[in-house]
This record gives sequence, structure tokens and C-alpha cells, in this order.
Amino acid sequence: MRFGRLVAFAAMIFTTLFASFSTHSADTFVFTAIPDQDESRLKERFDKVAAYLSDALDVPVKYIPVKSYPAAVTAFRNNQVQLAWFGGLSGVQARNAVEGSRAIAQGAEDPLFETYFIAHSSTGLKASDSFPGGIAGMTFTFGSKGSTSGRLMPEFHIRENLGKSPDEAFEKVGFSGDHSKTIALVQSGAYQVGAVNFQVWKKELEAGIVDPAKVSVIWQTPPYPDYQWSIRGDVDERWSEGFTEKVTQALVDMKDPDLLASFPRTAFIPASNSDFQPIEDTAKALKLID
Amino acid sequence: MRVQRPEYPAAVKVSLAFVGLALACLAVADLSISTLDPWTELQRMAWGLLTPDFLAIPSLWDALLKTVSFALCGVALGASAGFLLAQAFHWGPVRWLCAFVRAVHEIFWAFILLQIFGLTPLTGILAIAIPYAGICAKVYSETLEEAPAAALALLPAGSSRISAFFFVRLPDVWVHIKNYTSYRFECGLRSSAVLGFIGLPTLGFHLETAFGEGLYSEAAALLMIFYLLIATLRYWMRPRLLPLYVLAAPFLLGAGAEMQMSNLLRFFTQDIIPAPLRNADLGAAETWQALAEWLQYLWSQQALPGMIATVVLTQIALVATGLLALGFFPLISRQFMGPVGRRLGHVFLVVLRSTPEFILAYVFLQLWGPSMLPAVVALALHNGAIIGHLLGRYSDQLRLRPDASRGINRYGYEILPRLYGQYLAFLFYRWEIIMRETAILGILGIATLGFYIDSALSEIRLDRVVLLILFTATLNIGIDSLSRQIRQRLRLSHQIRET
Repeated sequence: MRFGRLVAFAAMIFTTLFASFSTHSADTFVFTAIPDQDESRLKERFDKVAAYLSDALDVPVKYIPVKSYPAAVTAFRNNQVQLAWFGGLSGVQARNAVEGSRAIAQGAEDPLFETYFIAHSSTGLKASDSFPGGIAGMTFTFGSKGSTSGRLMPEFHIRENLGKSPDEAFEKVGFSGDHSKTIALVQSGAYQVGAVNFQVWKKELEAGIVDPAKVSVIWQTPPYPDYQWSIRGDVDERWSEGFTEKVTQALVDMKDPDLLASFPRTAFIPASNSDFQPIEDTAKALKLID
Repeated sequence: MRVQRPEYPAAVKVSLAFVGLALACLAVADLSISTLDPWTELQRMAWGLLTPDFLAIPSLWDALLKTVSFALCGVALGASAGFLLAQAFHWGPVRWLCAFVRAVHEIFWAFILLQIFGLTPLTGILAIAIPYAGICAKVYSETLEEAPAAALALLPAGSSRISAFFFVRLPDVWVHIKNYTSYRFECGLRSSAVLGFIGLPTLGFHLETAFGEGLYSEAAALLMIFYLLIATLRYWMRPRLLPLYVLAAPFLLGAGAEMQMSNLLRFFTQDIIPAPLRNADLGAAETWQALAEWLQYLWSQQALPGMIATVVLTQIALVATGLLALGFFPLISRQFMGPVGRRLGHVFLVVLRSTPEFILAYVFLQLWGPSMLPAVVALALHNGAIIGHLLGRYSDQLRLRPDASRGINRYGYEILPRLYGQYLAFLFYRWEIIMRETAILGILGIATLGFYIDSALSEIRLDRVVLLILFTATLNIGIDSLSRQIRQRLRLSHQIRET
């Protein structure tokens, strides 16, 4: 009996063993994406994007999942990925860390991205066109610490309008970790006010996760540039002359709505490093980068 | 006439001192409840718990296998290294090295290793193996020291030290080493799962995702599988199968990304060099002025307030853990419960101690709003369940008179007094661990040292990360040595290693 179990176990091990030795080609072009929403389906959907890119570029392409913004930046910096779908701030961090790297494409929506300030109904705050000064002294949650829409831009506007750091301006300040949690925490009243990526808000509102009677948008920030594809500077050398252009073209040519839904964007348009200068300046002003 | 007041035993005095300290901390801690409307989200969670969805995660089997494999590789490597280090543990530098490596939480090891090795299996293995080597070295060496000396004295003159070690000292303590190592493996499974939160492809990876997105049916399925894994440990972790497991595990970790030596070099020669010194003129006075300001800023704005918050939270959580453990241990003790009750008690404690504190903290955050309260309760439930478990097992070994009292009298007059020394020892061992665990509760907006480390990481400022980790390690070493002194003063047994 015991021997039988042992044999079964050994058989199981060997099958898995062979599975894990599957081909791992030396010059695979690898990319990643910051896990800002819908993480659970990210791998499935980005594997499709990898297949598309592989076809278009004629080199093996692989997607590897990461768990956090800094992990995506680190992987880019360590040359474990050569291309990444970053947020505004993480893109600036990554390109500053890798000489010669470039922002090559962004979503059609990204030049005009927004952050929504949302509040629990019990605060009595109503939607307004100007910054809601009434949030001072309440409890407030950002999203992830490294997020542009969930942290950088809202903090900038808070400092600008309240003249204080978030720690001083609010009774308590939290970092929920991601946009969905920000919504859940404000909806339950755990935090009174929060800052959230406007796209995630719209999506959750449509999906019926948001209860408009409990939580609502009280202010939207002026638009700013956010997400983008960034590529390392040494890929032309490693793959072929003009590889960067080919990747840019492949991204801009991506028309399949199913693929674009992974981001979610309606189309990709070309981008350049200078498009994100406002983000870099803001991050410097907030001393988030040197 | 003066009434003679009773002299309390030292153990009681120490306990009261700790309770007093915790009360003082409570006075400065913020424990307010501010949530208005937690029930929608809690209902969703409860519904998820009732409708676990085992099919929603396509790579569930793979994640399960990897959770076990990382734990096996990490613990095997850590325990082997620990065993070797234990032989030289009398040598100061080895002792200090071990104290340092175990003072850093495995999550922080993983963060550092991620910078060097990237998203490779090696990162995960070493993140477990390095701190575990330090822990095992300490425990193994204490165990070896306590081996009875009588057998050694019987050896003929001229026996080599190596034969003496393998034929006399080691056999005497082998059982203890084996038991401890298998306990470490359970901890390794928890570590392996928790490392998924930061990117290891283990159960925690999917759990964090599912939980973060409010997919509570998936989260419940993952948690249940994890409970099952822990609860059935003794059925599948057979010594006979161990060599096979250890041989197979490295092949099950998957490939990960490529590794580059240049990253290692860059980490040590640039990343961790304080920013003011990087590419600066080391001869110039301004450089050193800038360094002084940098240190001053980190110390006064982050390290010091971080340490205060860490200590306040730790002291309250420690006493709360102690109180809960006293309530928990009878649930699995033969002295109080029948077989059915004990089984239920075991299930209850497995669930509490295997649920990552992060998840407990999030649930309580929903319930009570941001303050230290969710953190204290999460830490206390998790650690209280661990100590309750150990204490319950220990209480089974106590022999009572056939006519011993029952119920509350048995608890108060028979069991508790005899357990009390052991109980304190468990708590003092756990003290430092609770402190390390305060690191991962940044979501609550409690600015512990771990919160600042996480912030520095998200700003990709590794020089700050390393400095803050050094502060954390120093604080942990301090607590560890204080705990040892108190244990020695109270003459608490060295025999407890299972915390």
C-alpha cells in the first residue's frame, strides 16, 4: 500500500518536472504590467497580448506577472523585462533608472487622465467644481503608495489647496493598496474620503459594486498624463536595428478590442518621455523622487 | 501592628509589569472605532466564505505545489545551514550574524533579494532560508548544549570530537531537532504562502489578488485549501518521504526570469549607498553635511516615530495575545475537552493561526475603521492561536490526581499555575516575532517601521530601505536579548522551542 502511494507520487513528480522544463528561449522579449486593477485575469489577458506581439515582432514574447508597482520598476531596471505598461509615476521612476529608455506609446485616454475624490454620504459633501476644502480634518485613503492616480496627483492637489501635507490635513491617512479597495473602504465608511482612478470608478459603478447612495464623486482633478508603455534603451542592440520602432508600431496597430480591453483602452497612440514631464515635476515637488 | 503583605512570585510581578506597560501604551494608542456602514462588504465576505469557488483559479494546483516546494527548499536549506552554524555558535560573530538575519522579516529579505536576483525562484528560497538559518542555528545550538553530559563522560579517552558528536551528542537530541525542524516546516509553509503577497507564485499570490478585488468566493477557496494543507501536514509529511520531497521540490519551482550578476554588483556599489554620497566628491565638506542632514531626516521623521509606533503596537498586541491564549488553550486540551470538542478546537485554532494577519487586519479595518484596534486584534488572534495551540499540547502532558477538581477550578488551581512558566516563556519567545509582524500592517495607516520601509521601497530608494531595515533589526535584537534576560531571571525552561 505504502509502496503504491510512493509510485503514484513519483509519477506525479515526474510529469510536473517535465512540464517545468518547457522551453525557455534565450532571447525572449519579456514584458510586464503594473497590477493596478483586475489582477486576477491579468495573466490570461496579457498572455494574449504576448501572442499578438510575438506575431507582430517575429520574436518569442512572454508576459510575467508582478505583484506591485515597485516590483514592475525593479524588473525593468534589472532587465528582466524590457517593456512594461507603467503608470505615470512608475514610468518616470523606471526610465530614470534605466539610461536610454523611452516612453513609446500610451492609451488614447491617457493624456487626459483623472482622479476622482470620493466621499461617504454621511460626510454631507456634495459634488463641486472646485477643490472640496471640507475634506480637511476627515479620514482619507489613497490607493497604492506608488500610484499616479491614487497617490501622486491627489496628494499634489491636497497640498496645493489645503496648504498642508496629507498627514497634517487629515485626521488619518491610509494607503488601501489598490483602487478597488479604496472604493470598498470609503463605501463602508472605514475612511470618509478617498482618491481613486476614474476608470476603475466608472467600471465598478457599471458593474454594480458601487452603491451611489453610500459613496459618490465629490471632485475630479484637472487632467494629467498617466499610463504608458516604456521600453529599455538597449533593445535595438539586443534584437535588431529599429526594434523599438517595430514595438511602437505593433502597439499602435493593436486594434483587436479584446486585446485593448486588457488595459482597458480604446486605442494606443505614440508617446514620448517629454509627455510625462508634468508627472516628473510633480513627483519632485512631493519629494517622491530626487 | 503591621499586616504582612504576601510576596508575589517573580513571574506574577513580571506579568503585571507587562500588563501595566500595555495599559500605558493604550493611553497613547488610537483605538477609536469610526466605521459607519461595514455590513455590505462584510456580507459579501461572509457570502464568499459560504460559497467557496474552487474552480475559479486556473493555476490553483500549481500554486499549491509551489507553496509546498518553496517551503521545502527554503526550510531544507535554512535548517542545513542552521545546523552547520550551530556548531560554531559559541563564536561571537556567528551568533551576531544569526541574530541579525533572523531579526529581519522574510518579507523584507524577499524585497532585498528581489533587487538582486529579480523574479527568480532563488529569491523565494533564500527569503525563507536566510532567516530560518538564523533561527535554526540558535535553537539547534541550545538543544545541543542541553544534551545530557553523562554519556559524553563515558567515552574512552582519545575519542575524536567527530565521533563523539555523531555517536553521543547528536543521538541524544535527535528527536528534539527533528520535532523542531518539522514545526519549522509548518512555519515555512506559512512564510511561503505569505511571500506570494509580494510576487512569489504561491497561494498568497492568488489570495492577495482575489481578496484585493473583492472576489471573496475565490479567496475563501484559497484559504480553505491552505487550512487543509496545514491541518493535514502530519499525514503527508512523513520522514520516509522527505528525501523524495526535497529532491523533487527544486524542479517544481518554475523558471522565473533570467538572473544577471550586474544587478548584484549594482545593488552593493550604488543602490544601498546613501544618496548624498552617490557620485559625490567625498573630499568636500558639503557631501558630509548632506549626509548628516539625510541621516537626521530619516532618524527624526521616520525611524524614531516608526520605532515608537512599533513598540506601542507590539506591547499592546503582546498582552492581548497572552490573554487570548489563556482562553484558547483549553479548547484543544484533554484536561478540559472531550474528543469532539478538541477536534473542533483544533479546527478553530488552525483557521486562526493560518489566516494571514494582513487579511484579518483588513476585515477588522472594514469593521472598525482605521486605528490601532484592527492591528491589535489581528495580531492577537493570530499569535494567540499559535500560543494556545502550543499550550494546549503542553497541558496534555500534565498528570492530575484522579480526584482533581474539574472545570473552572481545575483551570484556575491545577492547570494554570503549572503551565504559567511555560506560558510566559512562549510569550517571551513570541514577543520579537509579534514585533516583526507589525511591519506588514501599513494598510491601516499605522506608521510602524515597516510602513516607512514600504514607502521607501515604493519610491525605489533602497539606501533608505536598507538603513530602516538596519534600525528594525537592531530593535528586534534588543527585544530578543531583553526577552532572554527576563527568561533567565525567571528561570523559565529552555525546552520551549516551538514558537
